[in-house]
Amino acid sequence: MQYRSQAVAKPYFIAAIGLFVGQILFGLVMGLQYVWGDFLFPEIPFNVARMVHTNLLIVWLLFGFMGAAYYLVPEESERELHSPGLAILLFWVFLIAGALTILGYLLVPYAGLAKLTGNDLLPTMGREFLEQPTITKIGIVIVALGFLYNIGLTILGGRKTVVNLVLLTGLTGLALLFLFAFYNPDNLVKDKFYWWWVVHLWVEGVWELILGSILAFVLIKVTGVDREVIEKWLYVIIAMTLITGIIGTGHHYYWIGTPEYWQWWGSIFSAMEPIPFFMMTVFAFNMVNRRRREHPNKAAVLWALGTAVMAFLGAGVWGFLHTLAPVNYYTHGTQITAAHGHMAFYGAYVMIVLTMISYAMPILRGQEASDERSQVLEMWSFWLMTVSMVFITLFLTGAGILQVWLQRYSTDPIPFMAAQEKIAIFYWLREIAGVVFLIGLVLYVVSFFVKGGRPAMASAADTA
Amino acid sequence: MDMTAGLPAATEQRSLPGDFAIWIFIYAELLVFGVFFLAYAFARSHNVELFDAQQRFLDRNTGAINTLVLITSSFLVVRAVNAIRRDAAAVCARWLTAAIACGGIFVALKLGEFHAKFAAGVTLSTNTFYMFYLSLTFFHFMHVLMGMVILAVVAVKARRGAYSAASHTGVETGASYWHMVDLVWIVLFPLVYVMH
Repeated sequence: MQYRSQAVAKPYFIAAIGLFVGQILFGLVMGLQYVWGDFLFPEIPFNVARMVHTNLLIVWLLFGFMGAAYYLVPEESERELHSPGLAILLFWVFLIAGALTILGYLLVPYAGLAKLTGNDLLPTMGREFLEQPTITKIGIVIVALGFLYNIGLTILGGRKTVVNLVLLTGLTGLALLFLFAFYNPDNLVKDKFYWWWVVHLWVEGVWELILGSILAFVLIKVTGVDREVIEKWLYVIIAMTLITGIIGTGHHYYWIGTPEYWQWWGSIFSAMEPIPFFMMTVFAFNMVNRRRREHPNKAAVLWALGTAVMAFLGAGVWGFLHTLAPVNYYTHGTQITAAHGHMAFYGAYVMIVLTMISYAMPILRGQEASDERSQVLEMWSFWLMTVSMVFITLFLTGAGILQVWLQRYSTDPIPFMAAQEKIAIFYWLREIAGVVFLIGLVLYVVSFFVKGGRPAMASAADTA
Repeated sequence: MDMTAGLPAATEQRSLPGDFAIWIFIYAELLVFGVFFLAYAFARSHNVELFDAQQRFLDRNTGAINTLVLITSSFLVVRAVNAIRRDAAAVCARWLTAAIACGGIFVALKLGEFHAKFAAGVTLSTNTFYMFYLSLTFFHFMHVLMGMVILAVVAVKARRGAYSAASHTGVETGASYWHMVDLVWIVLFPLVYVMH
């Protein structure tokens, strides 16, 4: 650790992993409810489990992004964080607000939660992924502003690197676009239109900048390749991301009551969205092949390469599968979407946060890399989680194809619930894959507590 | 395209003029326009009468003048690159300024054309032909503006003596981008305005 204030990243990473475990547990509950509808009813109905599963994902990824920023910004800026105290304060604010929100979901009926939190004053609740009570949303804005203030002043007062500036742009965009969560027009078309400005422009816009900059940072560190090379790649990748991703929002505007030209705009631009992800894959492998040092943290290198591959498959390929309007006409809102959502979130955002944690956590704990046994276990968890996620995606894709056929495409379409029963086998298989994912995650947590084997040593060939 | 080579230092690979990164942009932009052109062809093949009928309302004369203006500007950019290769930075800046002026003429004529269409009540939702006409010409229009900004930056740097015969990657980079903008128009104009 080069700067003492980087240590504030540690609680963020720990909270992220803790909430990740919670997310997966609720995912398993929900997966089971697909085939056993009464499971845990009425204590945890499906809609609540789903809300907790998706909201926990977002919250823990935000913890991960903030931790990553607190770790890498001082190092890139070559100075201490502007205010470590503020970072710790905001950590507790965010954690407590997040925990109270989740408890609210679980303990109070949703309508009651809305009444309890004064949703009438500024109604923002009741929309997918933006279910948080208005007061929680305001809390998120306050935390985001404090975070940006802290990170921004650190960057502006120190060395300005491309990695830092791209990260800051991404984080600022994340905060600004979230403000559309407060816009809740009565007109449902308008509501959905701007809802995507949070949801799509986050994950297919500004979050990709965050992903790119974190990946670039880790690759600079573990490969020792010249910063100029990596920065140029980063520029090209984020430019492509924005060229394709912004108008690519149109792939959500096909059937919500927006003008027909969105079918063309959305199809054409979003068909290009895999390109920046493919470039990221080429980038990561190229940099690792040209490495000028053997970094002792093999697990971090594995995560970095894994991110590049899985982001391309999940976000790029599985996104492309149903992005063209004539295809989406049939696949819209089926299990194809769920398949894409799972692999894209895991491949792009879960894995980049785990990449950063894998790289930074040993350093935060006073080692350049974890002990050999710990790394071996971590790599096992990498493969278990990644392979099981591939299977979850494949099973959901199978379910989706069958669903499209039975319910929408065949000459004799059957009703939704009748189709669901016929594809139940895929849901069982997905649940089994989900259990394997949980085992991988448990091993991941255990890997932090395992010691022994050959201690990781700084490489003699270190030229960086 | 070899995506792995050249990126570290553009000087390694002299076969491509300008910075390697701009070529990634150029290919990406050409790909987007290429897909758009294919989509146009696809949509037209399903509705030939509509496309032929609507095409008659386009202002071909302005389009033709704009074609000449852009080709001229590309020529001026070539002169600018030649000038810097002779170490004549001030001359290079003047040629670039002339090219930017041509870009300005294009923009002015195009704005007039857009104004006439909007005044006539044409929107993206008028029909499929006008959806393509407005989308393609507008996206290209934005690229002309972007190209002008790039050329302006290069011209200012040239005037300040940032380039020489030995080192003028920036001039070639700007020139390459501008030629792409020109090239797209050379396909777009006959495709949308003329061919039927």
